[in-house]
Amino acid sequence: MSKKHPLLKYLREEILPTVFCTGCGGGTVLNVYAHAIDELGIDPTTIVSVTGIGCSSWIPSPYYKADTLHVLHGRAIAFATGVKIKKPDMKIIVIAGDGDIAAIGGNHLIHAARRNIGLTVFLINNSIYAMTGGQASPSTPQGVPATTTPYGNPEPSFDFTQLAVASGASYAARWTTYHVFSLLKSMKKAITRKGFSFVEIISQCPVSYGKMVGKRTASDFLRLYKESSINIKKAASMKEEELENKIVIGEFVDKEREEFTEALRKINKRVQ
Amino acid sequence: MNYSPIRQKYLKQLSGKTLFVQGDAACGYGAIYAGCDFFGGYPITPASEVAELLALEMPKVDGYCVQMEDEIASIASVVGAIWAGGKGMTATSGPGFSLMQECIGYAVMTETPCVIIDVQRSGPSTGQATKPAQGDVMQARWGTHGDHEIIALAPNSVQECLSLTIECFNLAEEYRTPVILLTDGEIGHLREKIVMPDPDDIRLTSRRFARKGESIFGGKLIPPMIEYGKGTFTHVTGSTHKENGMRDVETQSVHDKLITRIYAKIDKNREKIIRVEKEFIPDGEYAVVAYGATSRPAKGAVIKARKEKKKIDFLRLITIWPFPRDEIRELGKRVKKIFVPEMNLGQISREIERFVDCEVVPVSKIGGITHSIDEIYKAICE
Repeated sequence: MSKKHPLLKYLREEILPTVFCTGCGGGTVLNVYAHAIDELGIDPTTIVSVTGIGCSSWIPSPYYKADTLHVLHGRAIAFATGVKIKKPDMKIIVIAGDGDIAAIGGNHLIHAARRNIGLTVFLINNSIYAMTGGQASPSTPQGVPATTTPYGNPEPSFDFTQLAVASGASYAARWTTYHVFSLLKSMKKAITRKGFSFVEIISQCPVSYGKMVGKRTASDFLRLYKESSINIKKAASMKEEELENKIVIGEFVDKEREEFTEALRKINKRVQ
Repeated sequence: MNYSPIRQKYLKQLSGKTLFVQGDAACGYGAIYAGCDFFGGYPITPASEVAELLALEMPKVDGYCVQMEDEIASIASVVGAIWAGGKGMTATSGPGFSLMQECIGYAVMTETPCVIIDVQRSGPSTGQATKPAQGDVMQARWGTHGDHEIIALAPNSVQECLSLTIECFNLAEEYRTPVILLTDGEIGHLREKIVMPDPDDIRLTSRRFARKGESIFGGKLIPPMIEYGKGTFTHVTGSTHKENGMRDVETQSVHDKLITRIYAKIDKNREKIIRVEKEFIPDGEYAVVAYGATSRPAKGAVIKARKEKKKIDFLRLITIWPFPRDEIRELGKRVKKIFVPEMNLGQISREIERFVDCEVVPVSKIGGITHSIDEIYKAICE
């Protein structure tokens, strides 16, 4: 008799297995996320997953069992804003990819952080548009070839976590799929913080990105993440050139300030 | 639907009052009468006054008016708020309406009952930003990609901006679909006297919620809705989906069934949806068909011509989409010519041509100035 995985109850079991490619980091993120919800003891009926279009969006939509709003490419945070204003007591969780949320949807990301609306955003950064077959994204490193940058990406890449910090996020952190225990701790914080919370998760795509950089297995990537990650505390005392090609991980900001839907409610109380 | 106590009190205080306001403001009041509790918008001439009115009034009825970062986010936030149990609306003009098209398609596909006010201005592009036009008639119909039906109404007075905004909400709930109020800069910025209705006289269509186990994306021509947070774990997606909401983009019959049902729920109810205004005894040799701001001088021209014993019929389209084709067919059988004054180069006139054998004469005017009575009179009488 096979024993059921204790976290299976958080998934829409009937549609498993997942469509993720072999070695995809999406499964790790789903696993850590389910652990975070489990350890926090959050009632799944109080969660709304809002997702866009891309591989990462498949993590909650359809696999994670909660109310789910699977929306347009790039617009998850904008839809989530409407949900949160009407349901301020629910956990509104956006899980999406780098192309989705930080390229086409970049404007919504920065304005949601500025408003400090109580959304939890998990940005899965796999450095590529994976679902569509390997086009360059805003996080594809400069020089790396992609199907749309066959001679090497001429553009520098984006630091999404710094972008979230600069835009006013209450909580912002970055981890990789190698750092699962730190990621778990960080996800739990991001889910429970009142204001806009953001966790960037550097995640492997051995298929669409792997073919561009000659890394074809998950372990190739996880080894790289292990070796090239530097904690933000240590990074603070390092020179810029020393940090080249390194992944700075850790908590970038953790501060409370007035959450947007609270501010809206205050106005309503005042004028009524 | 019953109003919340705070909204009932607010509307009772307005009841019977005479206001002198712009069409845009009347749209805002209409939304409050309709029970709208979420507005997401972005400033744009000549629609900003809708947002300004709601920014002022919405908190008083415990609703929310949020200025989003662009028009895409505006309509997206509205759709999100609706699945969270709200009644939502946005308002914009041409350029913003263009940006909203993808999400209007999302609302069609997910059967989200939202209201979009398009205060049309002169285009394409920035065009004459402050001047009225009726150039979005076809964009309202076909702006988003893929097969779909849409509902669009066109008011021609400030009072009607209020009453038709309420009607838009009712149609949205009845048919679980986005509904467009296709107004224009002329009506939007026009100030007229309006009388505020008694909230007890307003008929509102309540949202139908699914019973346990009931399908929300099929089973019926118009399935019931859910509200997030009630433990249904509902999956809402713009991808082709099965009756339980789960994605199935491969099975031909799933897509066929879904899209034909979404299409049919409006097409099969067109007689219930469509409203036109007919004036005078139908005895004309000729007819004028008009809508929105243009219908005012058009009616004036017909009155002038009829005083001179000229036999001219008048038909105003209140519902633009679905197109009142039966009314137009019937008219086309009776008259020799149909004149169509509109502030574009012939959008409704071309639609009319599809349903009649008689001659259709566009009386087009662009450039941001509405037709005068004499211009239309000359066109029909000379």
